[in-house]
Amino acid sequence: MANITALLAGLIFGLGLILAGMANPAKVLAFLDITGAWDPSLALVMGGAIAVGSIAFAVVGRRSRSYLGLPMHLPTARVIDKRLVLGSLAFGIGWGMAGICPGPALVLLGAGSSEGIVFVVAMLLGMGIFEILERSRSVGRPKMGRHV
Amino acid sequence: MLIDWSHFTPWSALAGGMGIGIAAALFVLLNGRIAGISGIVGGLFRVQTGDMGWRIAFVAGLVAAPLLWQLFHRLPTFQIDTGYGMLALAGLMVGIGTRYGSGCTSGHGVCGMSRLSPRSIVATLVFMGAGFVTVYLIRHVFGG
Repeated sequence: MANITALLAGLIFGLGLILAGMANPAKVLAFLDITGAWDPSLALVMGGAIAVGSIAFAVVGRRSRSYLGLPMHLPTARVIDKRLVLGSLAFGIGWGMAGICPGPALVLLGAGSSEGIVFVVAMLLGMGIFEILERSRSVGRPKMGRHV
Repeated sequence: MLIDWSHFTPWSALAGGMGIGIAAALFVLLNGRIAGISGIVGGLFRVQTGDMGWRIAFVAGLVAAPLLWQLFHRLPTFQIDTGYGMLALAGLMVGIGTRYGSGCTSGHGVCGMSRLSPRSIVATLVFMGAGFVTVYLIRHVFGG
């Protein structure tokens, strides 16, 4: 059941990205170009998503199980450290270079875009490099850091 | 600041955004998890954790979305003017950056902001700021 709801959530997520214009890199770059001819549409995408999301997270509150009876896996980290800031900085630079973030990258892959394929392969390579660096860092430690 | 009204699409942006919000809501209410794409994909590299099923299902849904869309409607244009070398470099930075930063536009920008997580608010401000500066430099300083 959890796999079916995950598939459904991914599907709705992807349809939302396409409808919103978020899967169109030129539109994302037009949003990021605040000193040029600025297209503010994507601010409304974030606004709409957060408006609905806030209700859901308020409903979830401090439940220990989901409505399917699964354990809740919400992030517990509180520290604002160098990893968070520098990682987000690198992500933002990459996002500004191509106008593509991870969700839209997978939608572009599904749409059969050759640019999307190149981006996704490079992104997976980047994630793989992270894993290798993390594993070599955590040698001798009992547990790896958990990710959101 | 000059708003490009001819390309401003408030209604589809708002509706699409709400669709993304509904997906994130379903996922946390039913699966008890954050709909953060970089975390879901990045977790695929940790086979030993034994939670591959729902990750693969979520990614399959995302990849299948344009195919489902096409059954009912023509896909909108996805315009990419970035060259392959730059795309590869960008993809690499997005992959490494989102993993070190523990999230991307969905995990931090949508879910984290909805939960008012201080970490996510900082992350979102940093990647949005970096995105603005990068586009400014590429288009208005180094570009033509």
